[in-house]
Amino acid sequence: MSGTPTPGSGEHQLPREHYLNATYGIRSWLLTTDHKRIALLYLASVTFFFFIGGIFATLIRIHLLTPDGLLVTPETYNKLFTMHGVAMIFFFLIPSIPAVLGNFLIPIMIGAKDLAFPKINLLSWYIYLVGGCFVLYSFATGGLDTGWTFYTPLSSIYSNSAVTPAVIGIFINGFSSILTGLNFLVTVHTMRAPGMTWFRLPLFVWAHYATSLIMVLGTPVIAITLLLAGLERMFHFGFFNPAYGGDPILFQHLFWFYSHPAVYIMILPAMGVISEIIPTFVRKPIFGYSFIAASSIGIAVIGFIVWAHHMFLTGEATYAAIAFSFLSYLVAIPSAVKVFNWTSTLYKGSVSYDTPMLYALGFIGLFTIGGLTGLFLACLGLDIHLHDTYFVIAHFHYIMVGGAVMGYVGGLHFWWPKITGRLYPEFLARAAAIILFIGFNLTFFPQFILGGLGMPRRYHNYPPEFQVLNVMSTAGASILALGYLLPMLYLTWSMRYGKIAGPNPWPATGLEWKTDSPPLTENFHETPVVDWEPYDFVHRPDLGLKGAKAPGKLAPAHGDD
Amino acid sequence: MHRTGELFGQFKTLDQQKETATLGMWIFLVTEILFFGGLFLTYSINRHEFPTAFGVGGNMLSLPLGFANTIVLIASSFTMAMSVWSAQTSNKKLVPLFLILTLALGTVFLGVKVVEYKQKFDHHLIPGHSFDITYCSRNPEACQLEGKDLADEVKEIKEGIEAEGSVVALNAHAQLYFSLYFGMTGLHALHMIVGAGLLLYLILEARKGRFDANYNTPVENIGLYWHFVDIVWIFLFPLLYLINRHLA
Amino acid sequence: MQSQLPLYPDSASNFAPNVDSLMLFIVAVCVFFAVAISVAVVYFFFRYKRKSDDEIGAPIHGDLRLEITWIVLPFFLLMAMFGWGAVIYVDYRHTPSDTLDVYVIGKQWMWKLEQPNGRREINELHVPVNRNVRLVMASEDVIHDLSFPAFRVKMDVVPGHYNTMWFRPTKTGRYHFFCSQYCGTSHAIMGGWVTVMEPDEYAAWLAGSTGSADPLALGAKLYNDLACNTCHLPDGKGRGPSYNGVYGSKVKLADGSTVIADDAYIRESILQPNAKIVAGFQPVMPSFQGLVSEDQIIALTAYIKAQKDQPVPGKPAAGQPATGKN
Repeated sequence: MSGTPTPGSGEHQLPREHYLNATYGIRSWLLTTDHKRIALLYLASVTFFFFIGGIFATLIRIHLLTPDGLLVTPETYNKLFTMHGVAMIFFFLIPSIPAVLGNFLIPIMIGAKDLAFPKINLLSWYIYLVGGCFVLYSFATGGLDTGWTFYTPLSSIYSNSAVTPAVIGIFINGFSSILTGLNFLVTVHTMRAPGMTWFRLPLFVWAHYATSLIMVLGTPVIAITLLLAGLERMFHFGFFNPAYGGDPILFQHLFWFYSHPAVYIMILPAMGVISEIIPTFVRKPIFGYSFIAASSIGIAVIGFIVWAHHMFLTGEATYAAIAFSFLSYLVAIPSAVKVFNWTSTLYKGSVSYDTPMLYALGFIGLFTIGGLTGLFLACLGLDIHLHDTYFVIAHFHYIMVGGAVMGYVGGLHFWWPKITGRLYPEFLARAAAIILFIGFNLTFFPQFILGGLGMPRRYHNYPPEFQVLNVMSTAGASILALGYLLPMLYLTWSMRYGKIAGPNPWPATGLEWKTDSPPLTENFHETPVVDWEPYDFVHRPDLGLKGAKAPGKLAPAHGDD
Repeated sequence: MHRTGELFGQFKTLDQQKETATLGMWIFLVTEILFFGGLFLTYSINRHEFPTAFGVGGNMLSLPLGFANTIVLIASSFTMAMSVWSAQTSNKKLVPLFLILTLALGTVFLGVKVVEYKQKFDHHLIPGHSFDITYCSRNPEACQLEGKDLADEVKEIKEGIEAEGSVVALNAHAQLYFSLYFGMTGLHALHMIVGAGLLLYLILEARKGRFDANYNTPVENIGLYWHFVDIVWIFLFPLLYLINRHLA
Repeated sequence: MQSQLPLYPDSASNFAPNVDSLMLFIVAVCVFFAVAISVAVVYFFFRYKRKSDDEIGAPIHGDLRLEITWIVLPFFLLMAMFGWGAVIYVDYRHTPSDTLDVYVIGKQWMWKLEQPNGRREINELHVPVNRNVRLVMASEDVIHDLSFPAFRVKMDVVPGHYNTMWFRPTKTGRYHFFCSQYCGTSHAIMGGWVTVMEPDEYAAWLAGSTGSADPLALGAKLYNDLACNTCHLPDGKGRGPSYNGVYGSKVKLADGSTVIADDAYIRESILQPNAKIVAGFQPVMPSFQGLVSEDQIIALTAYIKAQKDQPVPGKPAAGQPATGKN
């Protein structure tokens, strides 16, 4: 809009003033309340934890090259997979897309100057840091060997590792998540720009709205649960200890009441990212906008009532198991609806092969496999066989790494020009996307077969007949690691040397593309007024595309036609 | 958290700013409900499982102190409501007065709680290795059993042992009760302490005459928080002190 | 060892064929959808490749009929999976009555198993082919999980609970079993082999060596040592109900309900005697929580089981309403 060069006009220049050069110095970053700067603080910190978790994963895969274990003692191996899980889930996956991309984009996408509570937003980051320090302290002093699930009584009585600081760290970190979710919910409710009605919200915002609901409703429960487990460890409270009449199964109920919905905290924002990327790179409206929006809410709601499907074999009542299996199958439907709609969006599109699109298509493939293999585990009869085997490991890595991380990296590429004002080297980026996709499948597909064979998870050694598949998996992991290192390198490089992107390089229809790249501290030069439907390329002459009609009185374009 | 009646940068109008703050507080209270919910669930399941031991445990609490605290807390809710009303009616003198009263009552509550905890400590009712539900019945001189005499205490313990099957079982399950007692009242007390800090901040601001009919969001929202903490106690008191007070 | 690259485990129990058919069904459905989606994505990807930089796609917003189709059709497929799986699960959780009972204790980090005649094994299990086997499982410390991939069954072993599982081996051979619930340092070596034998071989194996301690003898000794015999008199006239013939029978409780006197009931009655009071008796029994080990409970249970056929002195054994025990 005002003062920005129009897209497609050749050479671009960075805007003279933007959020990155508005102020300088370490204080201006550590005390910032600008949601965009806080997003970058998160970007640095979640990348740090991704790196830590990645090192653990590398050691795990190398160790499993031989049946007897190549590298470390059983104690160390148990610590490696526990710390891998804790670092990746609580400190990378859960905050990754919401706290980095969501933080950066939600206010801009709805036409606001900032989140509703900028100081609380900064507070969230500090809470995250404090929680992270506790967990790192636990890693450094004795490590953690309970599994990321902290099942009692192993975690509360029997483990000799540094459980207490880890539990405190995750407890504290929970409040970061709660405050972020609260901030998003309130922001979406009260901060939307004129004309930005609920059904004009980008699907990224819908997905984050659903995610925030889970954060706000689920996180307190795991916070109190881990607190109780910690109290049990420190002061011999007996909630989960059979010796005092407590029940270890109660811990699992409370734990999964959060931790199953937490899976959706990780995947829903990635679905939001994909729902932005696909329409942009096929230049047509997303297929079934209202169905995708509603399915996000559906997933969040049904996701809260499926938790006991992690517990089919604890001896829970048969009828409870049947009910939870049924509900778990129901949650498959909104996920499938999304996949079908994304696929249909490609139909008669103008498909470009840009990097974010490759990530989006990779996401569809991997998420489809991850989601479909969930059907095996939701199935009572098959779960008896597959529960706690490598099949489960493969399934949730397809969802969380194949889904959530592909979405995150894809989203980073998509909005990188907006965040930094610069483009990354396109060829390298496409190569990295393809390497990631191939490496991922090579790593995790063999694990489905291992699981079918009955190889239990969390084994530091295994019977020799499982070796071939384990070696395949490790070989794939080395390719996967390359796929992650490449973007880290060229994205960092491009921050300084990348080509200037201009405000709307793709071009895309969202509000975030109507402001400078990088945006002003206040996001917009003047409060934007939204008078177009989401993902509408036709009535947007400002995008400079062929066949555009004048904006004006539009028929409602989405939904039920 | 908005320190002045001025409009903050991210908002367009004062109304929007107020609506935002209030919505945020309500969502926060929802998370608080779920936070306490985990504890209430654990309590309900175990109470159902071990009614006798929980009854014996409940009888070890001091009903007069618990009741007094309930009254104190209800009174503090009233003074809190009055301070909100004073702010809304621009009664700038009354706002700090009622806030100070509220803070005083909250402090009384916490003081009584400290007395109660001390008593539990003296009676060997802190979960852990020294936990001993029969301590008072065996060492009456070390415990001042106000409100009931030793014979009652001994009789209750005896009935409890019979119903549970053994001293070991009664002790284990009563320890579960006291774990929940300290977990729930401790978390509640922590919320009271946070509330007291917030009140202190409000008092300092109110003395400068910050709050009036145009701008009173902090008073309203911290008031909401204070009422919520009260309501939690209104549930805790009967659950912990009153149910099964008199065993058959 | 089998081939270098096995793709699916042996099928060696009554559950395996049904589980495998269901697996095949779900694999087929999933492959169909995965292939359909991949083909569509790849086809659209190349078919609708962008031809010029300023081209836009067709403004299609959605199609209600399509949406309904892909909500409703998958729903039925999902329900088929759910129903089939539930049938297997119900079968698995409902133990038949004619089982060979093996007691299992999980502890960090070994499995202790005990045959009906008291023969004990560690990390080895011998069972006869084509016979229903029930495992009654307890844990001494943390949660474990006993998993038999070749039988397609597993079950958590939870401290404070008795969990049971059953299967009928259908093929002789030696198969792995694992602990599949993470239980601490040596979780990965907490496994062993199950040997499925012909019935006569099994009988010979079983006779080959009885356990160092016959559970019946141990149970009888405990019964006296723990002074159970002072209250639980065989004629039912003591302060506690009689053991005679109680195992497997229906017991009427003081609150009017009835329970089946199975292993879990007997275990609970020892550890928490007052959880279920037999009709006509007072809640006077002390709890033995912390006084008896899981091993000893199994021995006591074996002893109580063995009192099935003893005639009650002074009363006809037959036609006696089964009220007694513990």
